This record gives sequence, C-alpha cells and structure tokens, in this order.
Amino acid sequence: MKLKNENRWGLKVVDVAFLALIFFLTPIIISGNFSGEFFNIAAQAAEQAAEPAAEGGDAEKATSLYGPAPKTTLASYPTVKGVNSRIVIWLVAQLHLWFAAFVLAVPIFVFIIEAIGMRTRDRRYDNMAYEFIKVSITAYSLTAILGGLLLFSLVLFYPDLWSYLATIFKDSMFWYAVLFFAESACLYLYYYGWHWLQGGDRKWVHLTIGLLLNAVGTMLMFLANSWLTFMMSPEGVNAAGVFAGDIWPAIQNHLWNPINLHRVVANVAFGGSIVGAYAAFKFLSSSRAEDRAHYDWMGYTANFIAISALLPLPFAGYYLTTEIYAFSQQMGITLMGGIFAWLFIIQAVLIGALFLSANYYLWCCMGRSDGAVRYYKYIKYIAIVIVAAFLVWFTPHTLVLTNEELKALGGPYHKYIGPFGIMPAKNTAVNLMILATFVSFLFYRRANKVATVSWVNAGNAAQVALFVTGVINIFILGVYYGYFTNTVYKIAASIPQVCTTLVIIVISILIDSFMYKNAKEVAPLKWGRVPERSQYALFLLAVSFTWLMGLMGYIRSGIRQHWHVVDIMRDNSADAFTPTMGFAANVVSIGAIIFLSMVIFVFWLSQISANKTEPQNYWAPEAVDKMASTRGKG
Amino acid sequence: MKNFLKVAVFSLLIIFLFAGFANFGVPRIEPAPPPTEEKVDLSSLTMDQFLVLGEKIYKGKGTCTLCHNALGGRAPLLEKAAAVSAARLNNSRYKGEATDIESYLVESMIKPSAFVVAGFGKKGTNDAVSPMPDVSTGSIGLNEVELAAVTAYLQDLSGVEVTVKIPKDAGDSAEEEEEEQRKPYETVEDILSEVGCGACHKVGEDEGEQGPNLTKIGATRSATHIRKSILDPNAELSKGFEKDLMPKDYGTQLYASELEMLVDYLAKLK
Repeated sequence: MKLKNENRWGLKVVDVAFLALIFFLTPIIISGNFSGEFFNIAAQAAEQAAEPAAEGGDAEKATSLYGPAPKTTLASYPTVKGVNSRIVIWLVAQLHLWFAAFVLAVPIFVFIIEAIGMRTRDRRYDNMAYEFIKVSITAYSLTAILGGLLLFSLVLFYPDLWSYLATIFKDSMFWYAVLFFAESACLYLYYYGWHWLQGGDRKWVHLTIGLLLNAVGTMLMFLANSWLTFMMSPEGVNAAGVFAGDIWPAIQNHLWNPINLHRVVANVAFGGSIVGAYAAFKFLSSSRAEDRAHYDWMGYTANFIAISALLPLPFAGYYLTTEIYAFSQQMGITLMGGIFAWLFIIQAVLIGALFLSANYYLWCCMGRSDGAVRYYKYIKYIAIVIVAAFLVWFTPHTLVLTNEELKALGGPYHKYIGPFGIMPAKNTAVNLMILATFVSFLFYRRANKVATVSWVNAGNAAQVALFVTGVINIFILGVYYGYFTNTVYKIAASIPQVCTTLVIIVISILIDSFMYKNAKEVAPLKWGRVPERSQYALFLLAVSFTWLMGLMGYIRSGIRQHWHVVDIMRDNSADAFTPTMGFAANVVSIGAIIFLSMVIFVFWLSQISANKTEPQNYWAPEAVDKMASTRGKG
Repeated sequence: MKNFLKVAVFSLLIIFLFAGFANFGVPRIEPAPPPTEEKVDLSSLTMDQFLVLGEKIYKGKGTCTLCHNALGGRAPLLEKAAAVSAARLNNSRYKGEATDIESYLVESMIKPSAFVVAGFGKKGTNDAVSPMPDVSTGSIGLNEVELAAVTAYLQDLSGVEVTVKIPKDAGDSAEEEEEEQRKPYETVEDILSEVGCGACHKVGEDEGEQGPNLTKIGATRSATHIRKSILDPNAELSKGFEKDLMPKDYGTQLYASELEMLVDYLAKLK
C-alpha cells in the first residue's frame, strides 16, 4: 500500500483533528457540558417506564425501577476455605492497577517520542519508541488477565456490591468492553505495524494509530475511574442508594475528575520509572560499548519522563485532597488527621527516596561530559536543600500520644519542630524540593555547553534573580498562611506557591533555551560513560514508585472505611475494619514483589523474542530441500 | 545472572526497608472498629447518665470533635453553642424553623445550613452553606435518642438549663424497626444462612474455621449447653478459641422459637 502524495496533507489534517478531539472534547466532558446522551440509554428507559405511572399520579412508583442499595449481613459474603476475600481483592485490584498504569502510560510517551523522531528525522528516537512499546506489549495481556481475575473475585466474594454497581453502570460497562476490543486492535496494529508503516504517509498513518490508541486507553481508564470514585463520592442516587436512572451524574461524581487527572500524571511517572529500570538492567547486562550507550540514553530518557511527571504530581495530589475535603470534611480529616495521617509520613519517606534518587541519577549523569566539573561544587548545596525539605515533609503534624508523652512534650506539638508539621510548611518544602531538582536538571543540561550569546551574564543574573525572588515568595506565602491565618485558609498558600514554582520553571527554561540556542559544545556527552551505581538509582526510583502507588491505592480505598459505597452501602463483611498500617504495608510489599517479579518475566519475554537458536542436526534436511524444490516449481 | 541477582537483592532490600519503616518506624495504632448503636435502657436512665451518654456520642460516634476542636479550627467551638443560640435565632441570616435553644441545637445537627457561623461556610457560598453533614443520616447516623443526648450535653456544656427530656422509647432506626417486624425464619437452614453461623463454624454445607466445628456438636454437648453457648458465648469457651469472637446478641436477634429450633438441630448433630 502506498498513499499518494496529495493524501499526505489529508492525513495530517486527520491527525490534527484527532488532537483537537482529544484536547477539546476531554475538557468539555470533564466540565460537564456534555449531555451524557451517549450513556443515557438507561435514563431514557427509566423515563419511558415512568411516564404511565406519573400520569396515574403515582410518582413514587416511577422511580421504583431501581431498588435501594443492598443491606448486607455477614452471610452475604461467600467464603472460600483458607482464603481471605479482602486480601485477594486487594492484591488482584492493585496488580491490575499497576499493569494498567504501565500499559496506559507507555503509549503516551511512545507517541511523543515517535513524533519527535518524525520531526527530527533521527532514527534513534523511532528505535527507542519501538523498544518501549515492545516492553509493554506482553504487559498488556497480563493487564487483561488480571482485570478478568478482578471481575471474578468481585462476583465471587462481593456479589451484592458487584450487582449494585452493575445495575447503575451497566451501560458504561458494556461500552468499556467494546472499547477494550478497540484498544487491543489499536495496540496490536500499532506494534505489529511499526516496521510496515514506515516513511512518508505510512508514518503518519502509524502515528495516527498511536493517537487513537491513547485516546481509547484514556477513555477506558476514565470509565473505570468513575466506578471507583462513585464508591467514594456517590452521586446520581438518593440517600437509600436508589438509582435515579441517569448514569451521567453517577459517572461525573465529585471525585471523578481529580482522580482522572491524578492518575494520568501518576501513570506517566510510574511508566517512565519502570521503563527506566528496564534500560538500567539492560545497561548492566550489556558488554558492548554501543549497547551500553543505547541503554544509557534510554534510561536517561525514561528517567526524564518519570521526573517530568513527578514534578507536577504533588499538585495533582493537592487538588484531589482539596476535593475530598470539599466533598466531605469528615473523609478529609480521616485522610489527613486520622488513622491515615501516619501513612503520609511513610509517603514522605517514599517521596524523599524518589527525589533523592532522581537527583543522584542526574548528578551521576553529569559525568558523561567533562564540562560538568564546573557545576560539581553546587551539588552539595542542592543535596542540603533536598534533605532539609525532606525532613520538613517528614515531620508529623498531630501526634497520637499517651498522657505521659503529652506531659513530657508539653503539648500535642513539639516545641521546635512542631511548626514544621503543618501543611503550609510541607507545601513550602515540596516546592523547594521541586526547584532543587530543576536546578540539577539545568546543570546537567548545561554540562557540555558554553553559551555564546552576548547577554550571557544578564541571562544568568535574570535566572538567579528569578529563583531568589521566587523562593522568597514561596517562603512568605508559607509563613503567612501557615502561622498567621485561620486553619481553613492554610491550604490557600498552596496555589500561589505552585504558581510561583511553575513560573520559575517555565521562564527559566525559556531564558535557558534562548541563551543556549547556538551554544558551543565544549565537552560532548559520552553516552554509556556513567557509573554502574547510577543505574541502581533507576531501580530505586522504580521500586519506590511501585510501593508508593500501592500505599496510596490502599489509602484511597481505605478512607471509605466500613462502607462499600460511602454513606449508601455499608460493608458488613468480616473484614469491615481498617487494618493496621503495618498489615497494610505488608500486603503492599507482597503485591510489589509479585508485580516486580511479573515485570521481570515480561522483560525476559521481550528479550528472548529477539533471540534465535539454530539447532544442529535437529531438522530433517530433506524436508527443507523438498520445500525449496516445491517453491522452485511454483 | 550475577546482575540479575544483584538487582533482585537490591530491590528486595528497598521493599523490606519500606515495610520495616511502616511496621516499626511509626507508632502502632489499632484503628477503631466500625461504630455501632448502643443499646440504652431508657427507663432507668438518670439525667447525669444521659449527659454522660451525650458526651460519649459527641466525642465518639458523632465524630463532632473531628472538626469542632481548638486545634483544627475547621468548625466553630461548641462550648458556648447553647448560650449563643438565642442570638442566632434572631440573626437576619438564620433560615431555620427553630423556636428555642433546644430545637435550634437539634436543627443545627440535622440541617446545618440553617445558620452558618461567619467564616465557616463552604468555599464560594458566602457562608450560606455549611460543610457539615446531616448527622442523622449517612456514616454518622445518630438516632433520636442520641440527638437528644448530644443536645442535652451541649446545653450542659454551655452552662444553660438542660431542657431536654429523656425520651421514653429508644427511637429505633428504620433499619431496626424493619428488623423487628421481620417474619420468623421457617427452617433451620434459613436461620443458619441468615444469621451466618457458617461464616465462622463448620456446619451444614458451610466450612467456617474461626469457631468450633459443629458437625457433631450433639455428641459432646447437651441442648442446655448449646443454648447457653449461643446466648452467652463467653460463658464456657471451647479449647483453642478466644473470648469475644462470637457476637453476644443472638438472644435478641433470634425469636425464642428460632432459638429452640436451632438448639434442637445442633443437639441432634451426632
């Protein structure tokens, strides 16, 4: 198949139209202007069925198409001998989520890398994008298997909950299945057609398939998100759980958009870190210099993707938390001030590990260029800022204390470090941590170059001024809102602080781009010239991300406490209690070990698929000759 | 292979470190069990006991102190709630139907937006809508007796006269009323499945393991003993089973005829 040249513009228009569809339709859906007609079949049926009853003057009967949420007893939860149903659901759901996050994230950055390759005509990008998607292809079938297992587990162990959710979401569940087929078709076409659809118009067709794959994948995730967020912040049902018939309010419940945003960003960060671990392993296993150079570059790119998504992730987290508080103060306080508060201290340790490993990796990578020596002296200061910020984030707020401890401490807060426990101090810390990481990246970016523009000094001075004023602003906002306003306004510091950080990053990148546009390369980057310990930073990143995702998944689900659907359907199973943090951490650890083992299996599969063995004296030579002679005759 | 082992050991070490920190680096806290409704014998309750009950609900099941506390500042303090009620009723922003302190306090719990203290409204509503939930529904779900007890406690806390009368009936929730009106189970299989005996015991077709095996219980225990064990599970524990595992309220959950049917069935399992 070869498309004519004049069709090339047509394809580009199709691509642009797709992009417009994704970027414009999604916000419209998200903002709620979408009428929901697509999902409104049930509502129409309900209305039609309701008409005669309403005419008869019995409006109550009109809504009785759907019953109230089931009231369960201990006997409503089937058991299987020797199996704890909660742990099974917990592990299967988390494993499905890990794999789903990975296979949804990889096509996002594969699409971007492929587009960069097309723009720059640098084949290395295309090869790397292909290797990325190759890694995710086996993971895709594991995602589907785990999804099926999750469904079976729900039907088996929580039949009433499943039945209730299916009653409300049956239409979207049907479309979910259809979209799943569409995604499979797009993914297989995208992967298996990679080498076939090369060059000119074919490449545009391939890129379009990639775009479609991402659009369908994102839609799938949004649909699944609506089911789980309905369980947290139900809408479209009355106080007894009777479904009103319109699925759209149930989908577009209060926490749907915050979770959608948080998951898209987190998936990219997680996917980048897993691919980074793959590249690191291949780097360590390679002996040829060109292979090490390739995997060093791949690891750097994956790490860049992971960190680029990690930087805005805390802001998406704040948005989600703010919306949880807006939906229910009680749920918000349970999350941040109750039993789950301590989990955020564990989260701080993990985030600290992520930032430290990301920065450490960048510092090691500076060794690729001899020009980096100019910046080594600043690294210790960056490290001090990151560790100090980590310690502030690590400081707990309200401690659960015995009377003796309370007396010894002189109150619920520590005299000196207590003030660091509040949210504005932590916001200040995380913004500084992000800026310090950005400085590491700037140094790495400049390592091999010398700017040649005449305004170098002015440009550097402007950047320093930008950082200094920005950091002062972040401090003032944190101190003012943190210690001189009412509690309800304390969180208000986060938005201007985030804006300040983003302004510093964007303007600084702009200045740097212009300043280093035609910069002189004084010490070229030597890919592959990094210490092996740097690759362990990539493993630390991947393992920390995996564990962190498991922990946060537990928290998100756990804040429902003894409710399947908050305030609507109570959990009356034997496990309707919040487990201890240690127990939760152990389950998360077991899940992480299973997931990482499966990922290693996936990596191994992608590796053996490229190996070819030619066995000696195994195949009968006459059969081969016969085939050759048959071909000759044909 | 060497690299694989090194990476595997490194990764496991990180996971163990995180798990270790979560297990031993932060305090061990046993989360509270799901809230349950307390059975109160109203006929013998004195006002002092009623106030104690109100305080207990205020600090426990009602979860009032989650927001109404001096540390968080998320909701107004309630030490003077009853004392300022009269002024609230006359405030131009008041939208409720209460006529006195007692009805105002009850209304503030079930219709919190009737009057929102300045600065404590939902964001963007100009203090017209309260972020507080209706405490008589949802996850808090206080019944009439509990609402009355909290109201009395708030009056006492503010130092005003306690006008609340101790209710004469228990003010059962709709769920309980429904439960009371249920028809008796007709067969022992219905009892076993509805009460959920098999979730913990091996009995009938169920394979529960948390409690003693009941498949041949009649061979070793008399009907009297079985009845006693159902009504008072802690009275005499089987070897190897801990106290308080079995609910103690089967005496009130089951009708007498059902209890006898169950005892008779179990006693015949030999």
